[in-house]
Parts: sequence; C-alpha cells; structure tokens
Amino acid sequence: MSAPDPVLRGSGLAQSFGSRTLYHDVSFEVARGEVFVILGGSGCGKSTLLRQCIGLLVPTAGSVVVLGEDIYAATAVARDAVLCRIGVMFQSGALFGSMTLLENVMLPLEVHTDLPLPARERVARLKLGLVGLADSLSLLPAEISGGMAKRAAIARALALDPPLLFLDEPSAGLDPVTSAGIDQLILELRRDLGLTFVVVTHELASILAIADRCLMLDHDAQGVIASGDPKRLRDESEDPKVRAFFRREAA
Amino acid sequence: MPQAAATAALTSAMRDKTCVLSLRGRLDVTAAGTLWTTALNAAAAQPEGPLVIELSALESCDTAGAALLLAMAEARPGATFEGADPQVTAVLERARKALVEPPPPPPVPPMPWHTVIRQGLVAAGDGFAFLGEALAAVLHLPTRSRQFRLADMLRTADQAGVRGVPLVLLLGILIGLILAFQSLMPMRRFGADLYVANLVAVSLLRELGPLLASVVLAGRSGSAFAAEIGTMKVNQEVDALNTMGIDAMTMLVLPRMAAALLVMPVLTVLLELAGLAGMSVVLVGSGIPLVAVANQVARWVRPADFYGGLAKAVVFGAVVAAIGCRAGLSAGNGPRAVGQAATAAVVGGIVATVVLDGVFAVLFYRLGL
Repeated sequence: MSAPDPVLRGSGLAQSFGSRTLYHDVSFEVARGEVFVILGGSGCGKSTLLRQCIGLLVPTAGSVVVLGEDIYAATAVARDAVLCRIGVMFQSGALFGSMTLLENVMLPLEVHTDLPLPARERVARLKLGLVGLADSLSLLPAEISGGMAKRAAIARALALDPPLLFLDEPSAGLDPVTSAGIDQLILELRRDLGLTFVVVTHELASILAIADRCLMLDHDAQGVIASGDPKRLRDESEDPKVRAFFRREAA
Repeated sequence: MPQAAATAALTSAMRDKTCVLSLRGRLDVTAAGTLWTTALNAAAAQPEGPLVIELSALESCDTAGAALLLAMAEARPGATFEGADPQVTAVLERARKALVEPPPPPPVPPMPWHTVIRQGLVAAGDGFAFLGEALAAVLHLPTRSRQFRLADMLRTADQAGVRGVPLVLLLGILIGLILAFQSLMPMRRFGADLYVANLVAVSLLRELGPLLASVVLAGRSGSAFAAEIGTMKVNQEVDALNTMGIDAMTMLVLPRMAAALLVMPVLTVLLELAGLAGMSVVLVGSGIPLVAVANQVARWVRPADFYGGLAKAVVFGAVVAAIGCRAGLSAGNGPRAVGQAATAAVVGGIVATVVLDGVFAVLFYRLGL
C-alpha cells in the first residue's frame, strides 16, 4: 500500500462471551482511500468486530489503532478526539426520531464546531445533497423510506468530514436498485472526497461491486478464513466455505 | 492531535484592481468553523472590483471547507476561484452539485380562527365516534368473545388498580389532613369545630374522592395505555392485529376500559376512607372525641352522596381509559408521537373528568340527589 500509516489497524483481536469464543487472532490493516469489507455468514462476529473498531466494545484481547491512536489504550480525551474523526452508519440508521434530517446532520456540527447557525445549516444541507436527499431536509426519520434512512445516516456520519467511515450493513433490506445506488454513492464519495470505508455486509453483489479488499470471518473457524480481493477469492479460493459463500451455495 | 493540525488562514491583498483573498493551510470543518464569519465578511466587504479567491496555498479542503468557499463566492457575485489543486477542485465541484437550491418549503399559512374551531369540533366528533365504536365493540362482544382476553384485563387491573393503592392512600390521607386543618381554623372562630367533619366528609365523598382518583388514573394509567398502544401502533402491531382479523378495539381497548371500570370504585373508596382517617387525626388532635366525629359523619352523609360519588367514579374511569387508548391508537409515527400520545391522554383525561364533573353537578341538582 502506498500510505505508510494505515488508517485502521486491528491486531490480534479476540472476543469471548463467557466461555464462548466468537473469534480470536483477527488482524488486519486498512489503507487510506480503501473500501474494506468485513464479511461472513450470520453470527460470525462481523458486527462485533465493527463495534470493537468504533470504540463501543472493549476486545477480550488485542488492540485497535484508529488514525494512529490505540483507542483502548489512549486516555478518554484522546479517544474522544479520535472518535470525533470517524463516522459511523448504524444498521438501522439510528437517526434521532424526533429531529428532522437536517437537524440530525446539524447536531454533531453544533456540538463540535464553531460554525454559526446559517453555516451549520448550509453544511448540513450540503451533506444531505451529497447523498441525494436535498429535497427531504425537513422530513422526520419516520416519514422516509428505508433507503433514504440509510442515505441520511451516511450524511450524518459525514457531518464532521471524517476521513474514515464505518458502515454497518448499508444495503441490508433494500431492493437491488436502491442497494446499487448506495454502492455507487460509496464509490463516488471515495473518489471525490478521498474517504476510507470499512463496510460490514453479506450482500454478495455489493461486496463485488465496492470492495478493494475483504476480510472473511467464519463462525466455526472462530476467526479469519480468507482475506484479499473478493473477485480473486471468488475465482481462486480453495476453501470450500469461501467458495460456498461467493457462489451462493448451501453449506 | 487533530485540533493542532486544524489550521487555515485567510489573507487579503490587492493585485492591480482585483481584490485577492488567499486561503492557505488545511480548510477542514474545525478551521471552517473558526474562519466562517471572518471570511464571509471579508468577501462581502471588499471594495469595488472583481474578487478572486486564491487557493494555490490550500493544502486540502473538505466538504465543510467547500461550503465556506462557495458561501464566500455567493456573498460576492462574480467571484472566481484560482489556483485550486485537483483534489480541492473535485471537492468544490461535488459540493456545488450537492448544494443545488432545494425547493423552498411550502409556506405555512396562518390558521384562521374558524379553522381552529372546526378542527376542535372535528376532534370532539372523533371522540364521540370513538365512544360509539367502543359501544359497537361491546355489542359485538358475544361473537368476538375470544378476542377479549381476560388475562389482559386482569393484568391491566393489577397495573392500574392494585399498584396504585399506595399512591391513592397517601393522597387521601394528605388531602383529608389538609382539608380538615384548613377549615378548622375559620370554623373554630364560630365555634363550629365539629362541623368540619360534615364539610370534609361531604366534599370528599361527593366531589374530591372521584375527582382525585380519576386524576390519579389519568396520570398513572391513561398515559401508560397511550404509550403502550402508541408504541404498538408505531411498530405496526395494530396493523398486524387487523390483518389477523382481530379487532383492535376488542382486544386492546375493551380490556383496559373494563379494568378501569372495575378498579375506579375501589380506588375511590380507598381514597375516601384514607381522607376520612386523615381528617379524624386532625379533629381528634384538636380535642374532639373520635366518637363525636364518627357520629357527625354518619348523621350528615347521606347514602346518595356516597353512591353518587361512586357512579361518577365509574364513568370517569371509563372515559379516562377510553381517552388514553384513543390517544394511543391515533398516534402518528416515531418516538415523538408516543410522547405526544401520552401527553394527550393525561391532558384529555383530566379535562374530560372536570367537564363531566360539572355535568354531574347539574344533573344531580336537577334530579334532587
């Protein structure tokens, strides 16, 4: 990779719940400008790994370095400073139901920047425009469709212009057209704004469309069973589980 | 540290007859926040002549920075950008596309007074329609008896009744104490200490008992009904019931109304007894024997006072429960709607109770009760 410093590095990550080990020895690096996909079947720990990367779940073992800061070893202040520089889109959007879309995007700007009110409004409008929601500014989250909610959640994640964005299941529960629209949005944002994406998904079409590299977790192996370019994994992998996943075969 | 790196600066200069505003450094969201007002003022306040926004020293720019640059250009029609590197140009281009003017929000016309009144009448009509629907559901109950779940009713009765007993007892004792104490002072000046017992007993049994019990029911249970049914509505559970051929009115509303009907007389009687006990404490403390107080109450309180109060309590209970359920069923979407439904339930319940109490007062007077 060209950039010497990865924007995200997980080393030796493990997670156990009681005596049950979900995964162990998971290590990976994400370079600047990459779309990195964490994939795997249901229950393999994709979302758990994501939660560890965004500071919500202390790993049983291992460390996470986000933008050069080890978030679980750093002081609370340093960690908060790093967490302000990443954006997260939660699976169901997690938009604040009592605020309009514009207010949802303006909230982080209000708390973390000195922008005056008209400026905040303008910047928030810009973000919603970036994801194609310029005409839905004053709607409440309950009044929009699932695809729009995902887009709005991406806009809110973009509020502080983070260099690194985490997306949890961006295309789950969407029709193929809307889902492809989200994929295209991800690629456009990467191209135009130079963002890095870490995406958790199991939508095969979406993985092949957006991923530069992927990391495949498996429940039985309790860890990584494959990593690399998804197209090559699809065509060349010898592992029956990886082949089954990429060819959509029943186990 | 991110904060330390977040630096961009603005300088202005004249080149020939052109004003040049130069930006350098990294124009990220923090820097944009710091520079916003200064930069817009500088762009707007330049003397006559064209304006050039010089960007060759700008290392990077994010979308918030782009918003600032575009706002500067907008503040001064005819301003041009110069020297932007490809990254900055790409971000600017993207931002420009994203900021196409959204359609202006439709103006909200001020509501004329007759619309307000009409809406109020429509809302009241809806309330009556709801009562009618509830009545229809009761009439259909024999054919839908399986949809009326007794367990639900008992659970609601437990929640609304049994668990409300401590609050009702506390409220009753305190109200009895306060009423007796406050009326003892002026009555004593006329040597009418003993008649405090009549005063407090009659007002408790006829008015305050049912009224306060109803307020407690509205606050504790009306709001709970609204929140519970409202959440079900928001989660499409009510739609699910309808598609299963289950009448929401029979399954959700009737058990709650029945439970409220059942528990209200009990709560009212408990509140009245507690109030009488509180009153007795004050009167005995002021030197009147307990027997005299008891005799006074027994002689002056008519059975009609007591039963009239209970009848009111039953009606209040049904209306408060119905208003709570209706607020839940008519909830809109989202978490805000659930809160609004709970508020509507409490406010509606209390207002309806007081209005009905007035109606009962006129009715009882006319009937000579």
